Amino acid sequence: MALASSLDPYVDRASPIHALDARVKLALTLALVLALALVPPGRWLALAAIAALLWWAVLRSAVGPGRILRRAFITAPFALAALTLTVTRPGAPLIALSLGPLALTVTDAGLVAFVAVILKTWLSVQAALLLMATSRFTEVLGALRSLGLPAMLVAMLGFAYRYLFVLVDEAERLLRARESRAAALPGRRAGGSIAWRAGVLGSMVGTLFLRAYERSERIHAAMLSRGYSGEWRSLPARPLSAGERGLLVTGAALLAAIVWLAHWR
Amino acid sequence: MKATPVSTSLGPRLHPSPGVSPPPPLLELREVHYAYPDGTLALRGVSLRLAQGEKVALVGLNGAGKSTLLLHLNGVLRSTSGAVLVEGAPVSTATLRHIRARVGLLFQDPDDQLFSPTVFDDVAFGPLHMGMAEAEVRARVSRALEQVGMSGVERRMPHHLSLGQRKRVALATVLVMDPVLLALDEPSAGLDPRARRGLIALLRALPQAMLVATHDLAMVAEVFPRVIVLHEGQVAYDGPGAPLLADTALLEQYGL
Repeated sequence: MALASSLDPYVDRASPIHALDARVKLALTLALVLALALVPPGRWLALAAIAALLWWAVLRSAVGPGRILRRAFITAPFALAALTLTVTRPGAPLIALSLGPLALTVTDAGLVAFVAVILKTWLSVQAALLLMATSRFTEVLGALRSLGLPAMLVAMLGFAYRYLFVLVDEAERLLRARESRAAALPGRRAGGSIAWRAGVLGSMVGTLFLRAYERSERIHAAMLSRGYSGEWRSLPARPLSAGERGLLVTGAALLAAIVWLAHWR
Repeated sequence: MKATPVSTSLGPRLHPSPGVSPPPPLLELREVHYAYPDGTLALRGVSLRLAQGEKVALVGLNGAGKSTLLLHLNGVLRSTSGAVLVEGAPVSTATLRHIRARVGLLFQDPDDQLFSPTVFDDVAFGPLHMGMAEAEVRARVSRALEQVGMSGVERRMPHHLSLGQRKRVALATVLVMDPVLLALDEPSAGLDPRARRGLIALLRALPQAMLVATHDLAMVAEVFPRVIVLHEGQVAYDGPGAPLLADTALLEQYGL
């Protein structure tokens, strides 16, 4: 329960962004990430324009801009991998560093590329966070299906989402059982060695895996019992309304125009 | 009786010609044997018959073969020897899909039964995979949820429901397929008294025939006129519930 509400605490709020069909949101999110990737480094105005579009949506979403912006830093450590760009891009030297035998030169082009990567990552993650904060997971699954992701893959994502919580509950019960037997007698050292503790934890993980495996067999039997024969079926999605299609086209056109201007002007 | 393997049966007999013989029983098990792949003998010659609309409790110790028996009724497990016949048609590869629409199997743990991200998806799973059109699927889903008193939870995640609610929704996923026989595995296990009372009322109201594996002898007394005791993979008692439940020595003998 606790996990479920911490994963999507904002989906029940009311806002125009929440009300928007998840297919439109998913397609626009993907278009926005693609546009960010296509903007050449150094075109700050283009990045600012895309950010303005995104933040306009964030402001209307009732999720709170601070929350989205802060959460988006979660991928910052990964963006640091782009740090090497600063010293590998050829360009005018800015700072010379010497780390022992290693002589590194930070170039202007390298620095621009690095900052661009950081900003693009940050904005992309914000777009994804906005999508997930304003849409139910099941709606996103339906949208993925509508965008042509194979039904079996969508079904697997659905299973992962459904049983994540069941598995977490099971793990919590195991941990609780361990806690309640991890007693100590007065005057005696309790707890065992690190190796012994690691062994206990290892067998708990093993237990969890075995339970999940056995459960998967029962789930399969439950699917077979209800007529499943290897082909996944779902109800057809309702067609998009004219307004939704208009919004989709307008958004995509705006993004395309920004990318085009960034390249050719 | 030396039974023949199910796979050599002469195909489906779904529509026996009228007047030739009395109608076949709803369910018939003939000398069903089953051994798990690891060699454990779970069923050792089980024979029984169920008539249309008959409500029968299946009791016995853990490991007596109750769940294994239920899994045979719609062909999830296939007997090593002997035959399972539903409406006169032997469970075989050819009849499997038809039989699964006729026999609704409810698993003990609703988390096994409810595998979809939303309640609607789960209840709609059976009708969709039986090839029904959208309008009928929707109509059936709302009817089945209404039947178990769970209307209005369509968009919720099964994880957010209580155990009693999940058990009800799980039952809806079976009822939605309009089965003639319900095979329920410990439907009252783990329920609080109020949820259990609700379930008992529901089971009494359902028109379908049912074979219900349970340890809940108080529920047996209320709902099921006929009781089958399974003991070490064999039918040890098959008859009216009242005399069995009154016979302390007999109950003691079967560990009930």
